[in-house]
Amino acid sequence: MEKRAHFSGWTLPLLLIVPQMAITIIFFYLPASQAIWQSFLREDAFGLSSEFVGFENYSAVFEQPEYYRAMVTTVIFSTLVAFFSLAVALLFATQADKSLRGGHAFKTLLIWPYAVAPAIAGVLWMFMFHPTLGTLGRPLNILGFNWNPMLDGKDAMILLVLSATWKHVSYNFLFFLAGLQAIPKSVIEAGAIDGAGPVRRFWTIIFPLLSPTTFFLLVVTIVYVFFETFGIIDAVTGGGPAGTTTTLVYKVYADGRSGGDLGLSAAQSVVLMVIVIALTAIQFRYVERKVQY
Amino acid sequence: MVENRPFRDFMAYLTLVIGVILVAFPVYLAIMASTFDTATIINGNMPLTPGDQTLENYSRALFYGGKTAREPVMGMMINSMIVALGIAFGKILISILSAYAVVYFRFPFRRTAFWVIFITLMLPVEVRIYPTYKIVADLGLLDTYSGLILPLIASATGTLLFRQFFMTIPEELLEASKIDGAGAFRFFKDTLLPLSMTTIAALFVIQFIYGWNQYLWPLLITTKSSMQTIVIGIKKMITTTDALTEWNIAMTTAVLAMVPPVLVVIFMQRLFVKGLVETEK
Repeated sequence: MEKRAHFSGWTLPLLLIVPQMAITIIFFYLPASQAIWQSFLREDAFGLSSEFVGFENYSAVFEQPEYYRAMVTTVIFSTLVAFFSLAVALLFATQADKSLRGGHAFKTLLIWPYAVAPAIAGVLWMFMFHPTLGTLGRPLNILGFNWNPMLDGKDAMILLVLSATWKHVSYNFLFFLAGLQAIPKSVIEAGAIDGAGPVRRFWTIIFPLLSPTTFFLLVVTIVYVFFETFGIIDAVTGGGPAGTTTTLVYKVYADGRSGGDLGLSAAQSVVLMVIVIALTAIQFRYVERKVQY
Repeated sequence: MVENRPFRDFMAYLTLVIGVILVAFPVYLAIMASTFDTATIINGNMPLTPGDQTLENYSRALFYGGKTAREPVMGMMINSMIVALGIAFGKILISILSAYAVVYFRFPFRRTAFWVIFITLMLPVEVRIYPTYKIVADLGLLDTYSGLILPLIASATGTLLFRQFFMTIPEELLEASKIDGAGAFRFFKDTLLPLSMTTIAALFVIQFIYGWNQYLWPLLITTKSSMQTIVIGIKKMITTTDALTEWNIAMTTAVLAMVPPVLVVIFMQRLFVKGLVETEK
């Protein structure tokens, strides 16, 4: 944790740390504490005065049916994206891990979507699945599936899940591949000598040994779906149709934008902060004591 | 590996090839769409081989923009580039300095300072958007590059990364430098900085992509279209009612928006992977 050898003096280190401290305090602590403070206030209609109302904003938030809907949407969205992006990534990673000729080229060809902005990923998928002109969306309608993500909430959610998964598979793939390559070959060979076939070896040796990676990726993916998919949602559905794809983060944005109650919006932000802190805490706990078998 | 089974190798190739096609197909469509005129796309029968409007689309997008949001994409790309580079260099600069202070000096509240920075890991900008917006507005930074850049470099990842790396540098290096008469500045410039180059480059790659792809923050604080970044610009080209969307220009813009970060990932793959793995620790 600490270096024995060090420089003496106070002024220089303080000067060195000032830029980061200033930026962190101004753009992080100040807004975060303001959000917390505001969540306990209620402003009058003109924003001229405000009074302390305790937890009223929070109870108001939890009384909104839309809030529960956003919560359910968020849970469905993150579960689906987490499941598909982890499963697909694991499938690709196990295949790429077999020392194949040209394996490295496959790695390059699979990881680049990480660099595509979420909003652009959304636009690409919307174009592909556009109900009247999309290369895949139009045939769906011709075949009689009645596909329209602009009008049908379920279709909209499918489209979001597809684009969010597409964008995130690369990330999970990279970490799974690294995890697989860290498993000693001797363990797998020992399994083979004992007569376990490839499928059995995967489920009884490889998958359990990968569990720390899987768990870590699960948390990262949930955080990704919570926050980074904002761009996808805003570009593809704008939270619609009729609010069916409004997640918790999107609701904070949309409520604040429509000039709604600052206190309510702040209370929602605080609830989100608590969720993220909980997720991060879980992740750090895992870093301390890995999932063990 | 363990057994030699040609069939399994074949299946592996097949899965990976299908994977690569699935991953590439949406982008392939976008590239194709950038080679046709609007009418061909609106008809819903866009061919899967390139058309002949490539030059027109790209020159129009770059220097003129879409019909509804008439802003040349060139300007947006310059904005995105400034923001991405500003975030990348800004974060590297402030975090390498603070990590240097935390690791190589003893000063009062050192531990507190470290924790104050460390906590910021937990809250992405998305949860504190409106209060941050208000502060940026009060500082008069709306529609400025500083407003786009500064709030996004307030995060701990860089400091933690450099701190981790500095801890692996043998103590003897500092002792030797001190015996040779090097001061804090000399040691930083001649010993620490050269050793940190790979870490700096890895962080740069990750932060460049992060900065280039920002969406929510630029969306909130830019009102002038001349300050727009390219990722925001595309969205504005599409939200207009369907019939008016110039898909060819929107897709051309999408392709242009993907080029810089994707090139960075492909050509700096080793640094990219290093940065990704290490900043997540």
